[in-house]
Amino acid sequence: MPFSLLNFKALAPEIFLVLVASFMVLFDRAIRAKDFFFWTALLGTLVAWWLCRTSLGISFGESYTADHYGFFLKTIFLLSLFLSILISPVYARRRGFHFGEYYGLLYFAVCGMMLMASGTDLLLIYIGLELMSLSIYVLVAVDWRDPRGLEGGLKYFLLGSLASAFLILGLAIIYGRTGTLFLARIHQHLSVDPAVLAGIAFFLVALGFKVAMVPFHMWAPDAYEGAPTPVTAFMSVAAKAAGFAALGRIFLLAFASAHPMWIKLLVPFAVLTMFVGNILAVVQTNIKRMLAYSSVAHAGYILLGIAAGTREGLSAVLLYLFIYAFMNIGAFGIVTLLQREGGVGESIYDYQGLARLYPFPALLMLLFMFSLTGIPPTAGFMGKFYLFRSVVHAGHPWLAVLAVLASVIAAYPYLRIVMFMYMREPEREIQPASSLSLWAALGISALGVLVIGLYPGSLLHAVMGSVF
Amino acid sequence: MHAETARYASEALHYVVWVPGLPLLASVITLLFGRRYIRDKAHWLPCLAVFGSFLLSLKVLWAVIHGTWANFDLFTWMAASGIKVGVGFQIDPLSAMMLAMVTSLSFLIHVYSIGYMADDPGYYRFFSYISLFTFSMLMLVSANNFLQLYFGWEAVGLCSYLLIGFWYEKKSAADAAKKAFIVNRFGDFGFALGVFLVFVFFGSLYYQDVFARVHEIAHARLNLLGHSVAVPTLIALLLFCGALGKSAQFPLHVWLPDAMEGPTPVSALIHAATMVTAGVFMVARCHSIFELSPVAMAVVAAAGTITCFMAATIAPTQFDIKRVIAYSTLSQLGYMFMACGVGAFAAGMFHLFTHAYFKALLFLGAGSVIHIMHHAPDPNDMRYMGGLRRYMPITYWTFLIASLSISGIPGFAGFFSKDEILASAFFSAYPWGRWVWFVGTFVAFLTAFYSFRVVFMAFHGEFRGREVLHGKEPHESPWVMTIPLMLIAIGAVFSGWVGIPEVLGGSNHFARFMAPVLGHPEVHVPEGMAFSEKTLEFLLMSISVLAGLLGIGLAWLVYIKKPSLQTLLPRRVPHFYRYLYRKWYWDEIYYYLIVRPTLWVAETFVGLIVDTFVIEGTVNGLPATVRVVGSGLRRFQSGVVQYYALFIAFGALALFILLHYYF
Repeated sequence: MPFSLLNFKALAPEIFLVLVASFMVLFDRAIRAKDFFFWTALLGTLVAWWLCRTSLGISFGESYTADHYGFFLKTIFLLSLFLSILISPVYARRRGFHFGEYYGLLYFAVCGMMLMASGTDLLLIYIGLELMSLSIYVLVAVDWRDPRGLEGGLKYFLLGSLASAFLILGLAIIYGRTGTLFLARIHQHLSVDPAVLAGIAFFLVALGFKVAMVPFHMWAPDAYEGAPTPVTAFMSVAAKAAGFAALGRIFLLAFASAHPMWIKLLVPFAVLTMFVGNILAVVQTNIKRMLAYSSVAHAGYILLGIAAGTREGLSAVLLYLFIYAFMNIGAFGIVTLLQREGGVGESIYDYQGLARLYPFPALLMLLFMFSLTGIPPTAGFMGKFYLFRSVVHAGHPWLAVLAVLASVIAAYPYLRIVMFMYMREPEREIQPASSLSLWAALGISALGVLVIGLYPGSLLHAVMGSVF
Repeated sequence: MHAETARYASEALHYVVWVPGLPLLASVITLLFGRRYIRDKAHWLPCLAVFGSFLLSLKVLWAVIHGTWANFDLFTWMAASGIKVGVGFQIDPLSAMMLAMVTSLSFLIHVYSIGYMADDPGYYRFFSYISLFTFSMLMLVSANNFLQLYFGWEAVGLCSYLLIGFWYEKKSAADAAKKAFIVNRFGDFGFALGVFLVFVFFGSLYYQDVFARVHEIAHARLNLLGHSVAVPTLIALLLFCGALGKSAQFPLHVWLPDAMEGPTPVSALIHAATMVTAGVFMVARCHSIFELSPVAMAVVAAAGTITCFMAATIAPTQFDIKRVIAYSTLSQLGYMFMACGVGAFAAGMFHLFTHAYFKALLFLGAGSVIHIMHHAPDPNDMRYMGGLRRYMPITYWTFLIASLSISGIPGFAGFFSKDEILASAFFSAYPWGRWVWFVGTFVAFLTAFYSFRVVFMAFHGEFRGREVLHGKEPHESPWVMTIPLMLIAIGAVFSGWVGIPEVLGGSNHFARFMAPVLGHPEVHVPEGMAFSEKTLEFLLMSISVLAGLLGIGLAWLVYIKKPSLQTLLPRRVPHFYRYLYRKWYWDEIYYYLIVRPTLWVAETFVGLIVDTFVIEGTVNGLPATVRVVGSGLRRFQSGVVQYYALFIAFGALALFILLHYYF
């Protein structure tokens, strides 16, 4: 890896994203054809990915490391960005926020995530987290005519600030005890004492908030429900992945020697997260809220992979996040497809008899629901399998048993949707939106879910090579 | 005795992938675009796809006959430490024969369905399901590992469920579908455990690995609840549980007669020719495990013999034409298991092969009759039929051929295969061989009797259905139905000719073809007899033919010559007759032993919870409890942001309490 103090090449994707984002925000008024921004954003994503691929390296001393771990996570961010952009126009046009700033904000958010994934300096990770969070607060409320969006955005902002405060506090404590902010050096100087453990606990609160760990998850349902559906899709996958990126780096690199301690803190919360998420998903009647709680539960599964504390566990986390991008954005894509003004298409009862009216969307939804449940041969099964296996290999078989039990509860909300679609008579007919780009996103997601489920080989290989 | 593993090539016959592949594609496309776009042309794609599969299967069969076997993985699905499973194909005489049989019948039944299902509102759905079934069945028979076998096993079960309940508005159909599904759960549970044990003891799920090392477990024992159990017996019996369910053998036989609620082509394809024989196929495939355990072999033979006899006694008392044939299927499947139970796996497979044709033909013939009777209150009731041979000659003649075949009349397919089984049983080294032979020969008589009872009641005499058809004359079915009948009739006659035994001057090609996979049965020739083995075999053959002729003669006497005899049994021994008519009371026994207690538990406990604690009484069991907890938790999600912040603070506090507690 080329090393230099100011190696701008390693930062090329972030610089590129900021430039394009600024361009889209600045020229929003000047360019009338808003589709231009859509295409720019879409192509820019591909360019950014290409830049990620070609510019591995270390920069700014030890602050920034564009390694394979970072690259894999950036791939997940850009993949979710790409899919979210594809499902955006149909929704944004209808609600009247289809403009350059929207795509610009998405870009800024991804830029922040990338800094989190490649940051090897606590301060840089914090900056990345703030850049991501501020962009997403705005994105949640981007449809300013919708009071639910405003409410969700405001709540997310207020609570997010609180979480940031925890992060700063943890950061200060760790700095105070080790005298450094570089992760690798923290690892060297870390001596486990009560103050350090308190610092670790603060990090757990702050990052737990970002990945929607119970009991720091409460913003999630409101924000997910209030946000425009494409934004929900984006944040439920990418922001979560960014949170796990930071969690993985900080806990498995900087705090690695304290693993026997923090695993005891993390595990009860992870188990709680799985069960609360899934149990609350059972009682939801709004599909976006249901998926929000399901996303809480999935965070619980993934936390187990972090708790395993092994390379295998971390690679299973990466695999799960990658798979989660396809299945969750796919599910939100279907929600976007059926959603109308005034909450129509948001109730799970609107899915009754969908198979009879529109077999194709119903089949895709079935696929995504099966995958979220973890039924083979979908990708979701693979993700769960490797995740739980890593937990068993790390010596915690009972944790895997609990995770499987939680997944059994999860089958109820997902399969209820399937049951509604295939075994109930339709109550009212909802015409699916016709949008080529939305269908493209659904097609890619479905293909991802199936191909990874059937041919996981090369992905597994890539994942194993992406762990630091 | 064992498969020559060296003969399997890994790079040959890869096109076999398309044999199941084509029906799968056709099924998916038809399901997706059927309702809106393809509609009444929904049959084209599945028919063409299955025809393509059929041609490819013939090519595969040809290659296998010329010595090219194949065993390859299409891809590895999962390779984790110790587990490796993939989608793969093992093509040898056994699977090649099954492929050819399944695709040929599936194609003809697809064509037949064009006529039979015409104007049904679910036309596209039907073709999609039946193609999906064909795919599943082909995956099942061509698998090279147990997991794929299990996949196919469950998939055919699902298709069977979908197709039995095809007319789901009809309560009896929906109930029958559920019954089939639930009864099969019992068997499949054992089957899954069996597959699991195979993995535990061999560390692999591939046939090749398992069967090559099968002797390693020959003397292994396992402590099960304090009893020492022989491992081969345990594995074989668990696997056989699956066969009991899938092939509807006693005591899991109760679902098959009810499954006749499905459309008749479904009965012909799934519940006669292919799916229900999967159990026999599986036992034959795993014969090297079964042969290690005399106990398991005895159980197989016993289950087959009991089912064979029981079904043959019920069949003559039924009036629903499809049910009679369904019981006859049970009985014939019993024959196949009898063959397996005496170690004559090739004979069992031979009967599976010939039975597929003549039984499918019987069902399709019955379907042809039902098709024209569909205005009657019960189109299946033979009491409204009679004299149909004048109105529908093609149906009559083909039905007659099938009946002669099943009755074991020389020259027809069923004769050769049934005789092979009876001879193998008689000469078997297993001590129960003679018993099997005796019951088998007696059932041959009953089979001929109830088969010709149908022929005489439905096709001879006077037509009795004028009133129910409101004076309409019955007529022959359309050509899309009669041509498949005639083609399958060819199979019902000639499919047996591939296995003409040596004693009749043939060379039993079938057994020789299968021998590398299935081996030869152990033969025990009685010593000190007055005549040679050949003469004895000829004598046995004459006895079974005589039994068949006797059965036909009796049917003629009762249903043509002296109809007054029909009421003899109900009048003289009403209890015995009722016992047979009510199918030995198995449905009632299960109702009181299993269904009622289960419902009682469900209603008492679950009902209590649901009614007491849950507002919506629509859910049951665990979800109900979860809902209670869930709505309690939901109260905290009030939407007030201060509470949320408070929770974060509580969470942080909890972390610190944990810290304090631990360290």
